[in-house]
Amino acid sequence: MIIIRNLVKTFGAVRAVDDVSLDVPKGSVTVILGPSGSGKSTVLRCINHLEEPTNGEIIVDGLRMTKDSKSINAIRAEVGMVFQQFNLFPHMTALQNIMLAQRVVRKRSQAEVRDIALQQLARVGIPEKADSFPNQLSGGQQQRVAIARALAMHPKIMLFDEPTSALDPEMIKEVLDVMLELVASGMTMVCVTHEMGFARNAASDIVFMDHGKIIERSAPAEFFASPREERSRAFLRQILH
Amino acid sequence: MNRPSQPSVAPALSQRLANAPWWLLVLILIGLFAVFQILTNERSTTIFNAISRGVIVTVRTTLIAYVVALVIGLAVGLARTSSNKLIYNVASFYVEVVRGIPMLVLLLYIAFVAVPLAMDGLNRLGVVLGSAWLSALTPRNFPNEWRVVVGLGVAYGAFESENFRAGIQSIERGQFEAARALGMSYFQTMRFVVLPQVIRRILPTLGNDFISMLKDSSLVSVLGVEDITQITKLYASSTFLFFQAYSILAFIYLTMTVLLSRLVRWMELRLARGRR
Repeated sequence: MIIIRNLVKTFGAVRAVDDVSLDVPKGSVTVILGPSGSGKSTVLRCINHLEEPTNGEIIVDGLRMTKDSKSINAIRAEVGMVFQQFNLFPHMTALQNIMLAQRVVRKRSQAEVRDIALQQLARVGIPEKADSFPNQLSGGQQQRVAIARALAMHPKIMLFDEPTSALDPEMIKEVLDVMLELVASGMTMVCVTHEMGFARNAASDIVFMDHGKIIERSAPAEFFASPREERSRAFLRQILH
Repeated sequence: MNRPSQPSVAPALSQRLANAPWWLLVLILIGLFAVFQILTNERSTTIFNAISRGVIVTVRTTLIAYVVALVIGLAVGLARTSSNKLIYNVASFYVEVVRGIPMLVLLLYIAFVAVPLAMDGLNRLGVVLGSAWLSALTPRNFPNEWRVVVGLGVAYGAFESENFRAGIQSIERGQFEAARALGMSYFQTMRFVVLPQVIRRILPTLGNDFISMLKDSSLVSVLGVEDITQITKLYASSTFLFFQAYSILAFIYLTMTVLLSRLVRWMELRLARGRR
């Protein structure tokens, strides 16, 4: 579904992503782990071209990413993204947030757009919040609206960029539950997260990154029980105490 | 200030008197006096009627020029946030040049240099295209009021573009990213996500600029446009009633600006109370 070949991204003199190659098969859940600054978010952001790769090749659903804005927008419509800071549009209600891109990007009819928006809001468990503005919602509810907004586009792939990192602890579970439901539905997902429980239970692949490089890629059972690389072991020791 | 034994008492009368908006009271008294004069003093009535004829011109030129300034301001403001270096530099050139020239000089320049030059250009174009209408155009076809509108619009366009630029840059990066990640184009992102938020933020500034423009529209009298200032000038110099004429002129401007600034203040409060 996603093929990344020799991806390099530099910010000035810093090589944030240094020659990363990665395949994400259809229906798989890839969880990228790593210390902060390891380039994991940058890889994610290169997939839908929020960051322009310095070098390398990214193929999403058979389409090669080029610099042409039309083709980038076409690919972005197929790739949903959820951000750490939710990034809901503050001047719109939850429902309007979910309806906007469907209408202007997918060009669906108003009635269809509304139906889908209500459906997705019910799917993430807060149908009663349709007419609430983002600042009237808790962090967990905002993030669930953000997930519904991405899902309403009927994307083929979902990218999660630390979706629970900005949440109060008691709200993390409600967002993870929505993500687990997505995993069960067979969605192709790439997640950057620090939720080890989610990684262990939901991932089909764990990718461990450090200093812009992929250090290890294994199945979750193997990664958490007996990581191959010393750096993975050091990372796990720190995370799991 | 407050003794602990009596919390939450109303401030003392003397303090309330000291804090009262005395300036407003004085202003209202002067205003009432002016209204009284205009209603009862025959000469003042005549002057007021003569001058207020120009209110329509003043309001019309201000309104149209303001719309022109908003359109220019939005386009240039977007250009100033563009990553395209050519677009950015062209827009910045305009803003810096216009902001560095006094409004009066700019108006004179546009009326007496830019418009004739543009007409000349159109004439040449008419010859090339074989259009009799284009080649017969003269600067006289471009009335002074239009020149004023172009001049004020171009001048204020530079200020408004800075408002829009600052407004756009104040919107969090995440908003652009969320919109772009959903597949929205640059223009869709601006139209549906960014600009609605920008306008909420800069509305008070836009309102205040309208008031400034209303005042600066008095400059158009130098081009012979019959706004309230020009009419007053002519009236005062033919009747020598300088005191009454200019007092009434100032009174008319003040009435318009005070009312408008109350309106802006009300808008601001409503926005502050409502959601961001």
